[in-house]
Amino acid sequence: MAHLITEVVYRGIFQKNLASRITRGIVLSARKAGRWGIAFGRYGDSPQRNGVPAKDFAIVADTKEELEQHMARYEPKELHVTICVDDTLTKGVESWAWYGLQPLNRLLLPDGHLLVTSTQRPADLLRDIHKKDAVYNLWILRGKASFSGLWVYKEDHIEVRVLGALAKIAPQFLTLDAVCQAIREAEWGSDLKVESARKAYERIQGRPVPITEGNPETPYSFELPRWWEMREGVSIPSLPIGKPIEGGKGYRPERSQVFKKFSSRTMRPVIDFETCVKCTLCWLQCPDSCFDVMPDGLYDANMESCCGCGVCEAVCPVHNCITMVNEAVFEDNASQWEMWRRDKDAYKVWLAEKIRDKAHTVRSHGFRYRGQYEEELAAGELELGGLPVTEGIPGENAAEKGLPPGAHMHQSSTSIVTGVAEAPGA
Amino acid sequence: MAVATKPAPSAGVLEEKEMLISGSEAVAEALTLADIDVVTAYPIRPYDTVMQAIAKKIANGKLTAEYIVAEGEHSQFEIVKHASAVGARVFCGSSGVGWAYAMECLVVTPALRIPMVALVGNRALDDPGAFGVEHNDALFVRDLGWLLCWIDTSQEAFDTTLIAYRVAEDRRVFLPIAISADGAFLTHSQSLTRVPPKEWVDQFLPAYSRGDLQLHPDNPITVAPQVNEDWVIEIRRQNNAATERAYTVIEEAYADFRRVFGRGPDNPWFEEYMTEDADVILMGMGTLSLPVKVAIRKMRQDGKKVGLIRLRWFRPFPYQQLAHALRKAKAIGVIDRDYSFGSPFGSGVVATEVRATLYNAEHRPPLIGFICGLGGREVTLEDVYKATDICYSAAKAGRAEQATRWLGVRE
Repeated sequence: MAHLITEVVYRGIFQKNLASRITRGIVLSARKAGRWGIAFGRYGDSPQRNGVPAKDFAIVADTKEELEQHMARYEPKELHVTICVDDTLTKGVESWAWYGLQPLNRLLLPDGHLLVTSTQRPADLLRDIHKKDAVYNLWILRGKASFSGLWVYKEDHIEVRVLGALAKIAPQFLTLDAVCQAIREAEWGSDLKVESARKAYERIQGRPVPITEGNPETPYSFELPRWWEMREGVSIPSLPIGKPIEGGKGYRPERSQVFKKFSSRTMRPVIDFETCVKCTLCWLQCPDSCFDVMPDGLYDANMESCCGCGVCEAVCPVHNCITMVNEAVFEDNASQWEMWRRDKDAYKVWLAEKIRDKAHTVRSHGFRYRGQYEEELAAGELELGGLPVTEGIPGENAAEKGLPPGAHMHQSSTSIVTGVAEAPGA
Repeated sequence: MAVATKPAPSAGVLEEKEMLISGSEAVAEALTLADIDVVTAYPIRPYDTVMQAIAKKIANGKLTAEYIVAEGEHSQFEIVKHASAVGARVFCGSSGVGWAYAMECLVVTPALRIPMVALVGNRALDDPGAFGVEHNDALFVRDLGWLLCWIDTSQEAFDTTLIAYRVAEDRRVFLPIAISADGAFLTHSQSLTRVPPKEWVDQFLPAYSRGDLQLHPDNPITVAPQVNEDWVIEIRRQNNAATERAYTVIEEAYADFRRVFGRGPDNPWFEEYMTEDADVILMGMGTLSLPVKVAIRKMRQDGKKVGLIRLRWFRPFPYQQLAHALRKAKAIGVIDRDYSFGSPFGSGVVATEVRATLYNAEHRPPLIGFICGLGGREVTLEDVYKATDICYSAAKAGRAEQATRWLGVRE
């Protein structure tokens, strides 16, 4: 009797299809050895929004009865493997489906495995991942977060690379051969993707994380009220109006202490206070009232409540005054304005470093313009295990799309870089 | 048309006046004295009679209220829901498929704890298009937190409207109440009705105060946010508690009604007619009580000990009081002016509820459900005689041969 319980922690909408492919792939691979399985999502996440952390699960077991034993719970309470497909989620997750900030490794069993797609080093990730009172293993699959939107799917082979890595992590359930066979049979599979899975299997690296290592912060929590403690009439108190700060020269809007939103963030605004013209647009347009009015009339984005939507950057009339930067390069939610007030020169250096390499640090929800994916590929920004994955486009359902056999296998990468090829992941 | 049949009382002396008015007009009289703030209206027979009566009150300067003609029942119930949320005393209503069209809004009204009062002029559901009474329309909402009552006379229409606001707006309850009036038999029949002076009504019915649920800039709250499964069952549990508290609040309201107006039933839940020594107790809701009572008087002359229990309140269902009232009956016949296809024993809704009420009772006499008077068809004296005979046979045999019978159907 044996079973394997896995979860995929992903970003709502952007990675919905990715997570679903991974969990399906786990079950279909395990099925090759006659095991039973189920792939499902936390339905509380169902009204998922862009970037909101969400979970999918896959359970495989030797027998149907054993599977049912572990399916009986709506959401698994203990896991053998957590798969995280965006390294900004290492700071902890808060979703529609649970309350407070949940450390990424919270549900892992002792000696469980945490698999993260990232280009960061383990030590960097472990500054964000909370400490755990049991030893577990951290595996890093080299790669950027694979973001798509609701109607598109980024064909960068992350799903098969995760499956290949799992064959290394849990070979007793998913042999590499079974994984490869399942990928080949999937409607989105291809021989090229099988190769990517094999590469990931060879390259994946992991190491144990001792109980002493990790982010020591205690994540905020929230206890659900009992029925008679709740207000009646499906009503909740509105947030009270904010308060003046610094003797009335500044102003801070009141914010929810039980739902903070920042774990939805994949980018954060970085502000150049020297060039700000105090036009108020960011403060006005922020849908989450993130901006505090500071005593000097500048606006400081509160990082506890910012969900990283980027509206402030979009409305800011000053070039490079507000820049959205990859959340992964930050380690805390401290005030930028306070940092600037303390030491303006140091802040300037910090700011320049954060926004220096826009091509590398600035990221988007999916693609901002047509051809961006091909550009990123050509520039070598996507860690792909050394395979020319663009040749896989449009791998999914190629046969049904009426393309001549093999046409998608032998296109030169240059023709794709020009952007005249098929739309990625149509 | 309301006609005062007594000379106006001399100045300074407060007393009730007698009016010849229909059930719908009686409701409008009560709404005027309750000084409602917002009323929405979309015509459908027989409910339209009450909206006409209110419109006349407003046009004649007897009532100051916002009278909003919505483009359909769906909007109509939405409008009053929001008006009530900001603190207005509201009224609305409909009939048959109009009530059905409002269903989406009817569903949320109890959850949001909107203490509105609605009149359902009971009407058969189309198709076939028909105007006559059936109770299935109001019964749509029986499981949702609406409190439901059925009235029998214009006097009861008047009294119950005031009582309904008193109960609904009690902070322990804060649930909507639908008063059901049988189409035509009550909505369109005028009878002599006592209408008290405003001063007495003010003593009985305090102003509507929404308290911490008031939607107002001074009380900033968010109403009806999207929630997930972590919240819904607690919200339902709250509604259940409010419905349970309604038992006490309804009894208090009737007691206070008797104190202020010097009349009104001791038992809010149901009217008992000659049940004291009854072997057979017939049951039903609404205006069918009249032919049943007349038939009972005739049958009593023939030596048959028959009685009637006419249910006023259907939600909350007075199961404890009913089990007690039925403890001596040798057979029970429940006349349903509704249907519930595919229900246990094929019975109507009320019969099924009474059967469930008696399941844990010590004394469980045979119970026969009768489906009768659908679509506005008359419940005849002969129907009642036949029902009684069937009940007597069941009482004698100690069991019901058939659990459900249809009466007054061409066979």
